[in-house]
Amino acid sequence: MARTLATDATYSKATVYHLTLFFLQFAECVMKPEQIASIAHLARLSISETEVPVYAESLSSILSMVGDLERAQTQDVAPMAHPLPGLTQRLRADEVTETDQHERYQANAPETAASLYLVPKVIE
Amino acid sequence: MSIHTKTLPQLAAGLRAREFSAVELARHFLDRIAAHGPALNALVSVTADTALEQAAAADRTLAAGLGGPLTGIPLVHKDIFCTQGVRTTCGSRMLDNFVAPYDATVVAKLKGAGMVMLGKANMDEFAMGSSNETSFYGPVKNPWNPGLVPGGSSGGSAAVVAARLAPVATATDTGGSIRQPAALCGLTGLKPTYGRVSRYGMIAFASSLDQGGMMTASAEDAALVLQGMAGFDPRDSTSVERPVPDYAAALGQPLKGLTIGLLKEFFDKGLDPDMERSVREALAVYQQLGATLKEVSLPSIGLSVPAYYVVAPAECSSNLARFDGVRFGYRCKDPRDLMDLYKRSRGEGFGAEVKRRIMTGTYVLSAGYYDAYYLKAQQVRRLIANDFERAFGEVDVIMGPTTPTPAFGLGDKTSDPVTMYLNDIYTIGANLAGLPALSIPCGPVRQLPAGLQIIGRHFDEERLLNVAHVYQRETDWHTKVPAAYE
Amino acid sequence: MSNETWETVIGLEIHAQLATKSKIFSASATQYGAPPNAQASLVDLGYPGVLPVLNQAAVGMAVKFGLAINAQVTPRSVFARKNYFYPDLPKGYQISQYELPIVARGHLDIVLDDGSVKRVGITRAHLEEDAGKSMHEGLGAHSGIDLNRAGTPLIEIVSEPDLRSAKEAVAYLKKIHTLVRYLEICDGNMQEGSFRCDANVSVRRRGEVKFGTRAEIKNVNSFRFVEKAINHEVARQIDLIESGGKVVQETRLYDPNKDETRSMRSKEEANDYRYFPDPDLLPVEVTPEFIAGVRATLPELPDEKAARFVSQFGLSAYDAGVLTASRELGAYYETVVKDFPSDPKLAANWVNGELAAALNRDNLDITQSRIGAGPLVGLLKRIADGTISGKIAKEVFEAMWDSGASADAVIEEKGLKQISDPAAIEKAIDEVMAKSPGQLADYRSGKDKLFGYFVGQVMKATGGKANPAQLNELLKKKLAG
Repeated sequence: MARTLATDATYSKATVYHLTLFFLQFAECVMKPEQIASIAHLARLSISETEVPVYAESLSSILSMVGDLERAQTQDVAPMAHPLPGLTQRLRADEVTETDQHERYQANAPETAASLYLVPKVIE
Repeated sequence: MSIHTKTLPQLAAGLRAREFSAVELARHFLDRIAAHGPALNALVSVTADTALEQAAAADRTLAAGLGGPLTGIPLVHKDIFCTQGVRTTCGSRMLDNFVAPYDATVVAKLKGAGMVMLGKANMDEFAMGSSNETSFYGPVKNPWNPGLVPGGSSGGSAAVVAARLAPVATATDTGGSIRQPAALCGLTGLKPTYGRVSRYGMIAFASSLDQGGMMTASAEDAALVLQGMAGFDPRDSTSVERPVPDYAAALGQPLKGLTIGLLKEFFDKGLDPDMERSVREALAVYQQLGATLKEVSLPSIGLSVPAYYVVAPAECSSNLARFDGVRFGYRCKDPRDLMDLYKRSRGEGFGAEVKRRIMTGTYVLSAGYYDAYYLKAQQVRRLIANDFERAFGEVDVIMGPTTPTPAFGLGDKTSDPVTMYLNDIYTIGANLAGLPALSIPCGPVRQLPAGLQIIGRHFDEERLLNVAHVYQRETDWHTKVPAAYE
Repeated sequence: MSNETWETVIGLEIHAQLATKSKIFSASATQYGAPPNAQASLVDLGYPGVLPVLNQAAVGMAVKFGLAINAQVTPRSVFARKNYFYPDLPKGYQISQYELPIVARGHLDIVLDDGSVKRVGITRAHLEEDAGKSMHEGLGAHSGIDLNRAGTPLIEIVSEPDLRSAKEAVAYLKKIHTLVRYLEICDGNMQEGSFRCDANVSVRRRGEVKFGTRAEIKNVNSFRFVEKAINHEVARQIDLIESGGKVVQETRLYDPNKDETRSMRSKEEANDYRYFPDPDLLPVEVTPEFIAGVRATLPELPDEKAARFVSQFGLSAYDAGVLTASRELGAYYETVVKDFPSDPKLAANWVNGELAAALNRDNLDITQSRIGAGPLVGLLKRIADGTISGKIAKEVFEAMWDSGASADAVIEEKGLKQISDPAAIEKAIDEVMAKSPGQLADYRSGKDKLFGYFVGQVMKATGGKANPAQLNELLKKKLAG
């Protein structure tokens, strides 16, 4: 079915919209609680036990919606990382113009000592 | 006419003619902010003292016969723009105590042009939201009806201008965050071409999509503000080295010969029939003005929401990794160890929607999923951009509704994120393709503002603004102010 | 450490800090040793809203390296984000290059102990930003973060797994070290961390085609440690396999105090870097004109210079190799030869011999030598014109080293001038012969070995200054009667 739809270049926004709603209704919870826990860990986010199923459900529906991408025919299509075509990186002259402003910058820091940013001891 | 319903040129003329001083103007708007701001919850910070200082400086400039069209004009910045010495929260608990040590380029440029900052506008947390309900500082209310949302993420900016608490507010647009709230609040909102306005100092949500712009009452005002904001910035590698045209000078060109593309996919079943009627009425005005309508199709545009909800969360998951409780921002109490510091600072500092997007982005970039999600989305992004390019081979601008419906009720769409995301169904395409787009008020839908969206070619802001301006000369929707704020 | 059963396979990842004035994406200074966070700008700190802009000099230096190793320079390379959380990584991601590095597929030749040449493949060299530093001492229950180093430009040079012993790895590492200093793209200071090395080490049974599971050894930041750490790791892996265990792919830290590697499980967990193209940076275009501009600045490379020394000066490959190990040493030698063109071989012997020993003894490099190229030429000339013997020359050299005086001044002051007057030498011989009638009789009765005794006695009598060749000739004649 995905293949048929993908070749149909004229399927409309409405189709997607309604398909999305359709899928949402019946979407399985594709994200399992243990996946949520591992993603939250990778992203360094504390998530309470009670929040896990909530995120599992919402990520599942987002991923179902996003799953529509599968339908697109993207063979030989170059991925687009930037919205403007053909631009290349501008290079800066190798000059030092910054000065020592650590006191000002550290005014926002939760904890510092001896001009260092402090964190709980890191064990390597 | 009251002072707060004047256009920018009228205000500039008033200042020059000494009908009022910049200080008086600032005071007038500060008084309005004091009177109406709290009820609307439109501002996170009010900077009265600096505003009066800047206004006094503007008066001196004007007295010396100097200054430009923006000198002495008050504005509110979306709280996503860093403002030196002023708290910059991005609508998040994470940055509740963050005082930026520098000015964003946009802030510096508008300051340099003589504008007077009155305060910082509330917004969805880290610009993630379409209703301004994700802000740590609470939801913003729509000045047209306090039970409704103003749209988002630039909901505070929209409420400020709609209630005429300032004539101008800056805003940012990653997937519709300028145009959607402008539409829902009856304003002119412009998202320039990606790279036209510097992103330096604009706290990043999704770097390849974010673009700064503004909300004003009219296209004429927007042209003047864009003039002050736009331009190359050596501190932003994605800023484009290209001269800034005289936007105001381009206004008033006749529309005869203009070909308007009607995006077939935008007039679909999901579109509120009253909204469609309003948009079609606006299109009829354009026909009367000499423009030709032509239906165009963007076959891949239907995938813009899915593509966006891969690309934007992916970039945001990385962009927001810097908020770790070490150098700035929120830090949890008594961290047990480094892992605890990270997890709780971020877990407590970010709200639910931000965490949801960070997790979505983390997931789509993670090993084994990158190709299926991220790479695929970037390919679809190319297809969408190609669609637009093809369409712009046939038409000069593309028009359609900005949103599927007018403003919805507070709390109506907070339970399901995807329902909320679909609010941006018509606006996301321009972000993916980097195109300039604006929303202008067209005829009301059930007594609520509705937005006509106009999308242009890359760097074709002159034409967009002119097309909007000519319509606004013929109609008066853009002059409507909610009764409570007249 | 390889033996008949096991073969060692090594690949090196070398991080060289580029010798730019400012950082790779910000205009902060890169100088070593500044007070904590004095060189950490908003960009280096990863402040909200700030953006990176690429340093042209960093690109130029990476390209220069690429040209020097005969690599391909990628016309459009791409910066990517490597995402992980660590306190010394302010943005929560490192800007690096992943799929499209600026330099790809080069090689470098190293000379092995047996004199043969081995070509080592270099997979890639990519640009990236360095991280900051964590301090763990003296802050109680805390670690302190200094972000001065954050954003310093690096090239990471990744070799193919072509190296087969710790010795080869060291030879390769030294060659890269020489090269980056020749190119003046890195100061090579290993103590300050400007030049760092991680080693990927695995073992396999000889004849096996598949590589074994590798361990990455971090923190091998001196030539000596590289060798020790690899040898230790190879022994560990062989022991492990031979006792029925399996090598696991992991990161291990070398501890030079204990001479062992240990697992860094803390860094291993959740090693999902989620690389994706950095949307804040555009593709880096390196045009043919840019490459030509860089090529024009390329110095003569070590291998080219060594080959020239062999052909131009008739040196051995070994001597030429030693003399070109650093650009400064090569320059010193060429200055000497320019003013002393008659015997480049003698000059090489002295530079690689006495001079190298003295520098080594006093822990100096060639630019700090107590005897400059000019004074050394002064000494060599006196050897060549017979004023002093080679043996006396060593004494003169030591005196020059200590006092800073010229060779002539030392010779004059110490009266070390060689005696080449036949009459004076004959007189000394006659005296020795007169004092040693017994030895003379023995010699004449066939004890040829006593010739050395007479040489020694005459040298002693002349304070070692008798011209050795003349002494030889005259002594033979006199002893024969």
